[in-house]
Amino acid sequence: MRPEDILLPTPAGICCKLGGFHIDPTRPVERALITHAHSDHARAGHGAVLATQETLDLMRLRYGENFAGAMQAIRYGESVNLGGATVTFHPAGHVLGSAQIAVTADGLRIVASGDYKDVADPTCAPFELVPCDVFITEATFALPVFRHGDADGEIAKLLASVALFPDRAHLVGAYSLGKAQRVIALLRKAGYGAPIYLHGAMESITRYYAGRGIALGELRAVRGADKAALAGTVTLCPPSALTDLWTRRFPDPLTAFASGWMRIRARARQYGVALPLVISDHADWVGLTATIAATGASEIWVTHGQEDALVHWCATRGLNARPLDIVGYGDEDEAGSEATNEAEP
Amino acid sequence: MNRFAELMDRLTYEPARNAKLRLMTDYFRSTPDPERGWALAALTGSLSFPHAKAGLIRSLIAERTDPVLFELSYDYVGDLSETVALMWPASISFSEPEGAHAQSRSFHRSSGGPPSPLRGAGEGSVFLTDVVETLATLGKAELPARLARWLDALDETGRWALIKLVTGGLRIGVSARLAKAAVAALGAAEAQDVELLWPGLKPPYAELFAWLEGRGEKPASDDPAPFRPAMLAHALDESDLAGLDPAEFTAEWKWDGIRVQAVAAGRDGGMLARLYSRTGEDISKSFPDLIDALRVPGAIDGELLIMRDRRVQSFNVLQQRLNRKTVTAKLMAEFPAHLRAYDLLADGDEDLRELPFADRRARLQNFIARLNEPRIDLSPLVSFATWDDLAAARKNPAAAGAGADADAVEGVMLKRRDALYVPGRPKGPWWKWKRDPFIVDAVLMYAQRGHGKRSSFYSDYTFGVWTRGADGDELVPVGKAYFGFTDEELIQIDRFVRRNTVDRFGPVREVVHQPDEGLVLEVAFEGLQRSTRHKSGLAMRFPRINRLRWDKPPREADRLERLEAMLAQSQDSDARPRVSGEPVT
Repeated sequence: MRPEDILLPTPAGICCKLGGFHIDPTRPVERALITHAHSDHARAGHGAVLATQETLDLMRLRYGENFAGAMQAIRYGESVNLGGATVTFHPAGHVLGSAQIAVTADGLRIVASGDYKDVADPTCAPFELVPCDVFITEATFALPVFRHGDADGEIAKLLASVALFPDRAHLVGAYSLGKAQRVIALLRKAGYGAPIYLHGAMESITRYYAGRGIALGELRAVRGADKAALAGTVTLCPPSALTDLWTRRFPDPLTAFASGWMRIRARARQYGVALPLVISDHADWVGLTATIAATGASEIWVTHGQEDALVHWCATRGLNARPLDIVGYGDEDEAGSEATNEAEP
Repeated sequence: MNRFAELMDRLTYEPARNAKLRLMTDYFRSTPDPERGWALAALTGSLSFPHAKAGLIRSLIAERTDPVLFELSYDYVGDLSETVALMWPASISFSEPEGAHAQSRSFHRSSGGPPSPLRGAGEGSVFLTDVVETLATLGKAELPARLARWLDALDETGRWALIKLVTGGLRIGVSARLAKAAVAALGAAEAQDVELLWPGLKPPYAELFAWLEGRGEKPASDDPAPFRPAMLAHALDESDLAGLDPAEFTAEWKWDGIRVQAVAAGRDGGMLARLYSRTGEDISKSFPDLIDALRVPGAIDGELLIMRDRRVQSFNVLQQRLNRKTVTAKLMAEFPAHLRAYDLLADGDEDLRELPFADRRARLQNFIARLNEPRIDLSPLVSFATWDDLAAARKNPAAAGAGADADAVEGVMLKRRDALYVPGRPKGPWWKWKRDPFIVDAVLMYAQRGHGKRSSFYSDYTFGVWTRGADGDELVPVGKAYFGFTDEELIQIDRFVRRNTVDRFGPVREVVHQPDEGLVLEVAFEGLQRSTRHKSGLAMRFPRINRLRWDKPPREADRLERLEAMLAQSQDSDARPRVSGEPVT
């Protein structure tokens, strides 16, 4: 059996004919397996969805109760037989509930890793290495210039700025699902004990994280807060809010942005932020190449991002690699990609 | 180096002046000597490393990376130093123990994979002091290996700062003046105090820091040719005139050049001469032709101008002489520097600043006569009996004595006869009464968000005037302005931009600009010059928003032909006298 007989890249996403399902389809399908709840991977309107409990809960928060015809939860490590294929979910370390999906048939195993990172994150289960024959990898940060470094160091930079500018409000742009909660958890880990303020768009997701036992400390809504009282505080908001009229409620705001893109100066300047923080929920170049090598896969399929560099690197290591052109996977850090329904009312 | 690199990194992104000051002062306060002194030298442009070139950096990275990956990366990043800083292979087993990586990276990095980038001041951190001191003596041949060792030891930000520093490309939006103000804030001093001591100081400035922190004496300035803080004038509002008595004042032309202080002192039988900017920066190197002319000990306050055929040239001409890296004989012949003197602060060793202006003026006349140097002359007085006389002279300088130099006159100066020379901008003794600005009505075309406090406001405006295009009349951009409006007007324009956006390009919005739909801005500016950078072929000097013309439809805004006529008139010697601000017909 060839890998393409198990999983086939199609314009709607990766399709398993054998099992009658798609993985992270970009348009409505009968049966969808979802790696994680970011909106470019998890869309509403499928007939049936199989995902982790957290992913299903987060999709419900974003799309409402009836986001799919039927929902089924699966635990990490649990096996499900779908047609002639066996499917297992494994932690991807990307955001809460994120999973790699391993599809095995006829002794051949393909892992669709979705988005992943191989560094510690206090808000989700750590990445699990799944040995496989074909590894489907993302390539968001697949250039050797991307080495994300130590997130704790970036948090220290933010806290140093808060200490140096106690009269200003620090606004940290961060994607509402995952990044924001990770930044909060890292702030707590660094010993920051003051209340942390939230933009309206991230309240429900952040409270869900807290409800899953992730220690985020005292959280407050910005809405209704007194302007002067916001001096010296830290507020998390979607990146798009950093340039919005919304910022006018803060005293002399200092804008920060937590994203892997902040590694590139031209990119950081483009967003006009005063404090770029290199904190990413995606594997960096070192993480991508080390993971690919460690899976033992001899064939690598590369999805969204900088495919060229990763395909080239694979070739230099004797690995058979090819880019998958799947339209619709974006980058959740891009300010414009925040869904409009997340804007604060 | 890491601490210095972090400061550079923060400064490049921070748009607000006060925040930059606080970042620098905090650095100076928390960093020991001599490290902070070398940082101050770097910030004030006092360091240079002649051997380190971009080519060297390129060959270092070529030895260490896959060429395809390098090209893809360089293409993506767009800056060589930054690409190298980010791609440089991190070396293993530096100050951090192996286990640290094993914990943070979940599975495969425990065994010899590339570690995460280094940060913090562990053993073997690179200090700016090492870099400066080593490079001062290192031979050119040893440079590549040495540089590579440092790059191995630094993290991404550290590598970026090091490469920018040694190749001379450190542009972080901080002037030498601002850095001096930040140092001054360590004590209860002002930038001016540091400026005064500066010529007598050498990096790493240990005695300066000691004095500012109250641990040492004020460094003695034994500089024989020191800068003396300049006296500045207040802008005159015509309503001020009612309270002023013309008999108590003298008037001069306000020259449109750059304010300088020319100081000469006899030392060791030779002559030491310096030219300072208004803020005390030593700009002697840019004007050797003028330095040679300073042969009588003293301190002249005056205007630097370009003189050709005994005629003062316009500011446009002067600009072509400014900001040149090297001053060639050709440049000096084409743009001969000239000093027009209007005050004398010292005559020989004698300090004249406590004398009334009338007395200083008499001493100045005598001084200029003794100097007898064609490059240095006296700024003439403008005679007047009433304020109306002076208003007429301001309106028509050519007819009131400025003659052929009228192009370089940008108004009149009023000085009280009894005024002492007081540093700073005291209100009352000196007034500047600038000519009226040029005014045009232009149409708002694009708006860009500002920075800092203005980051949510569309506060930078590109405006255009009408011209004949291929398909009839079209607007062509002629300038950009980001001040001149009130806070209330800013809110109004911002609202207009948000409601009338027709397209977006990153932080820029294109706003509607049709003959009957759009916003007309009354733009004031000081002058026009040819520019190849703008599609219109023109550039405005000092443009600002004068008024919002909500009442005016865009079709009634000005045309490019009117700006062309304004430019032609200011360049054409026969077209004088210039009638500023009046419509050109």
